[in-house]
Amino acid sequence: MSPSLVVPDLIRDRWPLGRSGRPAVPAFAGTTLLAGIALLMALLAAPVAAQDSLPPAPYAYQQLDDPKLEAQAQALMQTLRCLKCQSQSIADSDAPMAGDMRHQVRSRLMAGDRPEEIRDWLIDRYGDYVSYEPRVTSATWPLFALPLVLFVVALLVVARRLRKRA
Amino acid sequence: MKRLRWGLWAVVAVFAALLALFALQLSRPKDDFVQSAMIGKPVPEFALPAAVEIRPGLSSADLADGRPKLLNIFASWCVPCAAEAPYLAELERQGATIVAVAIRDRPEDVAAFLERYGNPFARIGADDKSEVQFLIGSSGVPETFVVDGKGVIRHQHIGDIRESDVPKLLEKLREAGE
Amino acid sequence: MIAEFGLAALWLAAALAVLQLVGAALAQTAGGKVLAQVVRPAAVVQALLCTIAFVMLLWLFVRTDLSVLLVASNSHSAKPLIFKLAGAWGNHEGSMLLWITVMALAGALIALIEYRLPEKTMHATLGAQAFVGLGFYAFLLFSSNPFERISPVPPEGMGLNPLLQDIGLALHPPTLYAGYVGLSVAFSFAVGALLTRQVTPEFAKVMRPWVLGAWIFLTLGITAGSYWAYYELGWGGWWFWDPVENASLMPWLAATALLHSASVLASRDALRTWTIMLGVVAFSMSMLGTFLVRSGILTSVHAFAVDPERGSFILALLALYIGGALVLFAMRANTISEGKRFSLLSREGALVVNNVALSAILGIVLLGTLYPLLTEAFDVRVSVGPPYFNPVSAIFFLPMLVVLAVGPLLRWRHDRFARVRLPVIIIAAVGIAVLLGVWLIAGIALLPLLGMALAATVAVASFLPLRGRALRRLPIAVWGMAVAHFGVAVALFGMAADSAFTIEKLSAARVGETTVVGPWQVRLDRVEPVAGPNWTALEAAMTASYDGGEGQVIRPQSRSFWSPQQQTSESALLTRWNGQLYAVLGQAAENGRWQLHLWWKPFVTWIWFGGLLIALGGLLSLIGRVSVDVRRRSATTRIEARHAEATR
Repeated sequence: MSPSLVVPDLIRDRWPLGRSGRPAVPAFAGTTLLAGIALLMALLAAPVAAQDSLPPAPYAYQQLDDPKLEAQAQALMQTLRCLKCQSQSIADSDAPMAGDMRHQVRSRLMAGDRPEEIRDWLIDRYGDYVSYEPRVTSATWPLFALPLVLFVVALLVVARRLRKRA
Repeated sequence: MKRLRWGLWAVVAVFAALLALFALQLSRPKDDFVQSAMIGKPVPEFALPAAVEIRPGLSSADLADGRPKLLNIFASWCVPCAAEAPYLAELERQGATIVAVAIRDRPEDVAAFLERYGNPFARIGADDKSEVQFLIGSSGVPETFVVDGKGVIRHQHIGDIRESDVPKLLEKLREAGE
Repeated sequence: MIAEFGLAALWLAAALAVLQLVGAALAQTAGGKVLAQVVRPAAVVQALLCTIAFVMLLWLFVRTDLSVLLVASNSHSAKPLIFKLAGAWGNHEGSMLLWITVMALAGALIALIEYRLPEKTMHATLGAQAFVGLGFYAFLLFSSNPFERISPVPPEGMGLNPLLQDIGLALHPPTLYAGYVGLSVAFSFAVGALLTRQVTPEFAKVMRPWVLGAWIFLTLGITAGSYWAYYELGWGGWWFWDPVENASLMPWLAATALLHSASVLASRDALRTWTIMLGVVAFSMSMLGTFLVRSGILTSVHAFAVDPERGSFILALLALYIGGALVLFAMRANTISEGKRFSLLSREGALVVNNVALSAILGIVLLGTLYPLLTEAFDVRVSVGPPYFNPVSAIFFLPMLVVLAVGPLLRWRHDRFARVRLPVIIIAAVGIAVLLGVWLIAGIALLPLLGMALAATVAVASFLPLRGRALRRLPIAVWGMAVAHFGVAVALFGMAADSAFTIEKLSAARVGETTVVGPWQVRLDRVEPVAGPNWTALEAAMTASYDGGEGQVIRPQSRSFWSPQQQTSESALLTRWNGQLYAVLGQAAENGRWQLHLWWKPFVTWIWFGGLLIALGGLLSLIGRVSVDVRRRSATTRIEARHAEATR
């Protein structure tokens, strides 16, 4: 690791505190993270003043009164991707944008939207990337077809064993 | 036994394909940008109050007034937004109309930012809950959208504008005006 | 001088690996018998040299020798000793050196004690081991030299991120590498057996302890990693199907399958090709995991050290080892006979189902993890997350658990259903009773409901094989199996209960106000600043009482580190036998209120206790197997001694 790695390339970075809303966490299968400590430190060493200062949107950190609606909100938020973070759902992120998205989800549910309508609304704007629940499309059908194939192959393997009784 | 062998060579082939995929992805620069899916669609209806006293707020009607525009998404707390300020000024000098949305920002901070880095914006709307940002499929700051005279989004530039991006954006703006 | 000494030792170790490889290769030919004698000693000396190199690196870190680049960029003179040591492997170069050291030590151990296989097979195995090792030596010496000097010498080191100054993280890489190295040994045995066409039960017996050991470490690593993410991330989740998490799960799945198929091969001489295949797959999954994590090719919460150059190196090693092994396998596979036959209703039959299901789950995790990468190649971006992985893997996981409940009751080779009818009825009754009971009382979602019913089923079933057997004379390995299977039930119950019954409460509380979350009443007593060695924090004191009982004080913090500047939230946990209260202090809200994030997570700790039980089961099996081996070995020695005496 060269020392130049520790110079933060702030200008190139669109998000002054790095991509993640929360401090990034080291890998747990991984080795790397430890390898990337210098980089980590560099990213985190960015000026804290660069964070926005507005209070979070009303429903970013406030639950809906109706427990049924709140359960729907929670289930939906866990399957929506925080666009600013590294692979986190908006339910698991402290990034301000994730808070604003939670506000959108909760206030839309309160206004009577169904969860799937909210998901579609977001997919219309950000594409399939925003949803952790892949839909069956021309780009994703193998994701669903291959497990089926696996299942059939698995049955065949077992069935072949059955026929070849010892 | 023969069938087994075919299956095994298939495994080898799948593995080789995986390696090729990895090699391809390693050789390409990693693109973390999330493209808006709203390009080619009209800007949804919105109306934002003014972010600072010296400029009016922004609504979707302002974007469909017949003239193509640049819509800049920025914030005073964002470092790259300061870095792109000279090039926004350059775009304005070359005749672009630029309107802006300030994300999660305080009026005094925006005013100070404009004071320090210049103000090329004709209108600035205050988006305190990132609502307009979600409406147009923007996922960070800064981003710059090219919107034509009918209010249809024609192009999205993600990240700060560099010197080399200026002619490209002017070209997109010209195309939007045709 | 220490650094140069270490580097020299490393070069010599690499040279010995070359010698070991050449000797092993020549030993396969008719004329190479002389060089064959060099293979085992070379492995031992190589391990010695590698250990010296690693000790030199540790020494450099203890002395904080800032003229060494690695020390300067990862250590600091004021760090506690334990973290100075941990700093030695808390980075890319040092961790690679640790990996190769553990691997060389494993090779030496085989060279010293393993004489059960034909010598030619052993040579081929040690040759494969040297071949794998050489790749890592090349990686270290040509692109990641840990002993590189820096000039001018900096006045102070860069330090280590405070987040990472955690004893768990200090132990994390060694645990992981022990697992990976164990799998690399299994890989070498598989390649050795394949090269010399000696895929025998004896081979499986020799390989099994290594797989077991690797599997224990991987189990512990995943369990600890999951708990660490749970309390450190502060969002109450314990598994996110993040690419890095999946990368740790894949070798575990393969190792679990290998463990079971190796035991079929060892006891019954069946599943020969399949076991070899799994030996190759298990190690390739650990290499693949390393590649995915280090190359930064996938976006993850857990890692963002992106280094495509190192990624390319690991990719090249992956292609060389795994591609080579797969081609060798495809060429040789039809020369290995399938081994003995068995009927589906038999222990082997159940283990085949287990293997098929585990492999299918492995395939699904692999597919879901890599799919976004595939579409990205065509500039389409998709996300694959829990709503995909949970139900799709359940298709295979749930039937596998049913077989897990019944399988251990069956006899080897062939069994009749009539013989096991009673226990099967008991098991089924328990499952159905729990299913109906939970459904009527709680009415929860389908997957957690099935999970709970199967957890109860497996819990009962795991101890049924012990029925009617003399418990004190039962082999330890059988106990190991029962404990590990019971651990699966415990972990599964924790997962199902957590997903079905967790209660979350967000509140903006004033000091003195009480928030109710499930059976808990949590009163915010005060919020005050506190200072640590390199941080300041806002600390909330809360009194939590369960069901109106006595209050206990918990103190979640919102910490600000100043070097480097960073905010973390330290959650506070209150553990009972039946779950955990999880509290996070959020930001200040208006009117002197504080954002509190509280969860009551029933039985969540059972997930990790289950993981520990699984590892314990593995440990018991390992002890059982090794002690049998040792006893057999000493018996052989005795017989030989008597023989020698008689002939004298």
